[in-house]
Amino acid sequence: MKRISIALAAAAAVVSGAALAQAKEQFVPANGYWVGPYAPGGSGFFGGIIDYMAMVNERDGGVNGVKLTWEKCETEYNNARGVECYERSKKHPPTGATVIHPLSTGITYSLIEKATADHIPIISMGYGRTSAADGRVFPYVFPLITTYWSQATVMVKYMGQKMGGMDKWKGKKLVLIYHDSAYGKEPIPVLTDMAKQYGYEFTPIAVPHPGNEQQAQWLQVRQIKPDWVILWGWGVMNPTALKAAAKVGYPREKMIGVWWSGAEEDVIPAGTAAKGFVAAGFNAPGADFPVMKDIQKYVYAKGKGEFEDKSRFGSIYHTRGVVGGIVTVEAIRLAQEKFGKGKPITGEQMRWGIEHLNIDAKRLKELGATGLMPPTKISCMDHEGSGLVKFQQWDGTKWKVITDWMEPDRNLVRTKVEADAAQYAKEKGITPRDCSKEM
Amino acid sequence: MLYREAGQFKSSYAEDQQIFPILQDRIGMIVLLAVAFIVVPTIGNQYWLSAILTPFLVVSLAAIGLNILTGYAGQLSLGTAAFMAVGAFMAYNAELRIPGMPILGSFIIGGLCAAAVGIVFGLPSLRIKGFYLAVATLACQFFVLWAINRVGWFSNHSSSGVITAQKVEILGYTFATPVSKYLLTLSIVTVMALLAKNLMRSETGRAFMAIRDMDVAASVIGIPMMKTKLLAFAISSFYCGVAGALYAFCYLGTVEPEAFTLDLSFRILFMIIVGGVGSIMGSFIGAAFITLLPIFLNLASDLIASALSIEIPHAIVSNVEAIVFGGLIILFLILEPHGLARLWQIAKEKLRLWPFPH
Amino acid sequence: MNVSFFFEVLAGGLLAGVMYSLVALGFVLIYKASGVFNYAQGSLVFLAALCFVSMLEGGVNFWLAILITLAVMVVLGVVIERVVLRPLVNQPQITLFMATIGLSFVLEGISQIIWGSQPHGLELGIQDVPMEWLSEKTNINISQFDLFAALVAGVLVAALAVFFHKTRVGRALRAVADDHQAALSVGIPLQHIWTIVWAVAGFVALVAGLMWGARNGVQYALTFVALKALPVLILGGFESIPGAIVGGLIIGASEKMAEVYLGPAVGGGIESWFPYVLALAFLLVRPQGLFGEKIIDRV
Repeated sequence: MKRISIALAAAAAVVSGAALAQAKEQFVPANGYWVGPYAPGGSGFFGGIIDYMAMVNERDGGVNGVKLTWEKCETEYNNARGVECYERSKKHPPTGATVIHPLSTGITYSLIEKATADHIPIISMGYGRTSAADGRVFPYVFPLITTYWSQATVMVKYMGQKMGGMDKWKGKKLVLIYHDSAYGKEPIPVLTDMAKQYGYEFTPIAVPHPGNEQQAQWLQVRQIKPDWVILWGWGVMNPTALKAAAKVGYPREKMIGVWWSGAEEDVIPAGTAAKGFVAAGFNAPGADFPVMKDIQKYVYAKGKGEFEDKSRFGSIYHTRGVVGGIVTVEAIRLAQEKFGKGKPITGEQMRWGIEHLNIDAKRLKELGATGLMPPTKISCMDHEGSGLVKFQQWDGTKWKVITDWMEPDRNLVRTKVEADAAQYAKEKGITPRDCSKEM
Repeated sequence: MLYREAGQFKSSYAEDQQIFPILQDRIGMIVLLAVAFIVVPTIGNQYWLSAILTPFLVVSLAAIGLNILTGYAGQLSLGTAAFMAVGAFMAYNAELRIPGMPILGSFIIGGLCAAAVGIVFGLPSLRIKGFYLAVATLACQFFVLWAINRVGWFSNHSSSGVITAQKVEILGYTFATPVSKYLLTLSIVTVMALLAKNLMRSETGRAFMAIRDMDVAASVIGIPMMKTKLLAFAISSFYCGVAGALYAFCYLGTVEPEAFTLDLSFRILFMIIVGGVGSIMGSFIGAAFITLLPIFLNLASDLIASALSIEIPHAIVSNVEAIVFGGLIILFLILEPHGLARLWQIAKEKLRLWPFPH
Repeated sequence: MNVSFFFEVLAGGLLAGVMYSLVALGFVLIYKASGVFNYAQGSLVFLAALCFVSMLEGGVNFWLAILITLAVMVVLGVVIERVVLRPLVNQPQITLFMATIGLSFVLEGISQIIWGSQPHGLELGIQDVPMEWLSEKTNINISQFDLFAALVAGVLVAALAVFFHKTRVGRALRAVADDHQAALSVGIPLQHIWTIVWAVAGFVALVAGLMWGARNGVQYALTFVALKALPVLILGGFESIPGAIVGGLIIGASEKMAEVYLGPAVGGGIESWFPYVLALAFLLVRPQGLFGEKIIDRV
């Protein structure tokens, strides 16, 4: 891994900016978190991105000969540090930041305007501002693959299927146990709307940060006796909720977790109490996908790779990072095809690349990622691209995928996305792009 | 030799009591301001201006606010971030809901609302002291964040509770670039810091210090306890509120209530302890220390790693940074419990005598 | 109102309160003996639990792991006393408080370097599911683990009370707490006393770490349990060991009551601030806390 200091790098940029640019490198910052309460998520996700990029460098010699480089910057999941890392990485030689993965809803919000002004695309895969899926208002923000709102609709659908049809929802009870923050409140409007549509009774219950004590919330659950519980947690809140559910005797099979509740790190601390818990996901775990085998062969077999603890290889966060790596590299490849093969690209060109991504089943097979992630097609109108979600169940030792990719309620989500984006555009005085005029 | 006050005679009380009585201090101050206002914007790049200097100034202002309360009036508070949150969200609402509201007016409204909240949560200080009061101000910290999260009005009913600050426009000029935002922040902070410095030299400031040093004695000599303590809370929260508004409008642009966590309160408390309790300049030094140290450590560890050409796993680097950060704080407390500002004072004393100490 | 549900909430709250008390005890011990408000107590809990669970996963025998962890905590106590506290004797409380915040950064950094930041599960072999006969008879859910936690807390408090009031070291501790200089001048070895207190606090941290770790998993978030203990401290008084228990019970019960019965009306999540406001309201009536020592100002 290259570790260049800013000072050195800045000096180098002055002295030999042109020379470096010809060295054919593409810089992708890794602004994440490796310490603190959320370290498992940060280190896992960025471990995946970096492993994938390292594999592409080793196996293919980079993207058409352009090597991928990166540098880690510690954000501690803190907005101010995230902005500092962003500012530090955006002019990093040789190309500047190609794309940013903030891996924090808060940091994403803080960067939306800055990155748009700086022409650096943001990929917020499965977090961030849902309404950024409207690419007309948010040209530089890409909540790729799927969003919280899509996910909420798929959850309701999954539960409906389990009961034997959506009409069975009538008169049923649904409880949402959510982290009391911007992140946790995200699904409430969608679930409320669907409650009207399907006739279930919906009760959101807030858990104050950090959520390490949930007696009161689960006693409420016990009193309501819901048919289903959605768990919208983060960090320690997840195992605590599972333990508390066991303590009030609520069946774990009836608990559906958001994808930030559905990693190994979320269930292992809960021990046996986690068995049967179901979680949504837009990536599947596992070390057997061809792409994962390539990472094993080209990176780990050579004694490199991000994880010292090999048991984390192929974990949920790791493969999620690999998916992040795939969309990043694919977009770079696409942008190169348009703006010059074998040449480093700029943030603006990267934006074009992401906006024209089309990872279909055929491409997925070529990438060796069939089943790892859903097919995804991005357009100027739609920055989300698929909305597909899978469900997985914890069997006590590992996550087992139990459904195929499931479709969200696109109409409902899209209507809300457009309404929210339009309001943002009005507040900010943005004229939405006309997508028919985009290339 | 250079720093000598011999020969500087004061012939009136006004001269004797001016804010910087020594000529060299005045020159130093003018040079400092000139550097901050003219040199920095011309040579500073965007990274320095928007990621380091602007947040540094904003937290300095909050640190001044806390220093007024804790350093001068002796009331320990752990609710600084909550007052900043009130300032940020109320400035946003003032700008949103009052048509034609000038942005500086919104900042002031934000500050005043914070002051009002400060007075309410300052009331317990009439009965309780020390750590009991500190933990009581935590009530303010948690309650305010909860209320902002819960009541949709504060964030204009945005589904996630996140607000996006409006354009900063004064007399038709839009402050959009990092340089202009830096200059605006710098101007506001300079003016407010000077005001604070003067206020602490006034009767109000002396009353604060009397309460800090011994409150029973202060009330015996006729300082109104309730009025003074609540005034300290109000002024302090006003400063924090304006700092919060600047945090939202000139620094991050978009804030959620979670940006103002207890963590931020602690950081600001760190700043005044490391910088110097009861010193305006100490607030700046402390803010610089706490803001810059982690970044400096980060750069230093990169340099060390590349100099030795070894690869250290990033997690270890980050953890070592945390250890060094904590260790340095302990070290400073041991070496100079009165803060870095005290070191500066000692240096000044030494300079006066130099090169012939006795 | 459903009576049995009311009792269930009450019982749940009291049992949650016991868990808060376990953490609060560590604070009280150090405050009582050295006048230090030890913010690093949460980090000690984290360190102790992580050290223990890592050894357990490495195949070390349960009791041996406890002993080794205890030894680690004692060594840590000695080092903290030497490096941090001794140079700060007679400094204002706020300075000592800040030093412990610095200490918490150091402890958390060291723990994560040695043992990593991945969460671990911890099974103490005590069931944390409702006892069937009780829920059948009374419809109240209480687990064996709850009872075990209550028992542990009770034993700890009794042992500490005996230690403080009946032993020589305990009396010396109380003397030191009253006045550093006076204690020094009558020949009480301040350093030894502080070392002992920090070691005992380390032991309490280990117990709290085990109990909380078994509930939530052993991970960084264990450091946050300190925040749950603060309102307990205000209510119970910083210097009182019984206060930590009684305060914990009151805070636990009232917080759960408030969340379940008031929470839904105002949107929920009031647990984050309710205990603080309750403690605050209580302080206005009794500024020294429930069992705190009344301080009379003299000029």
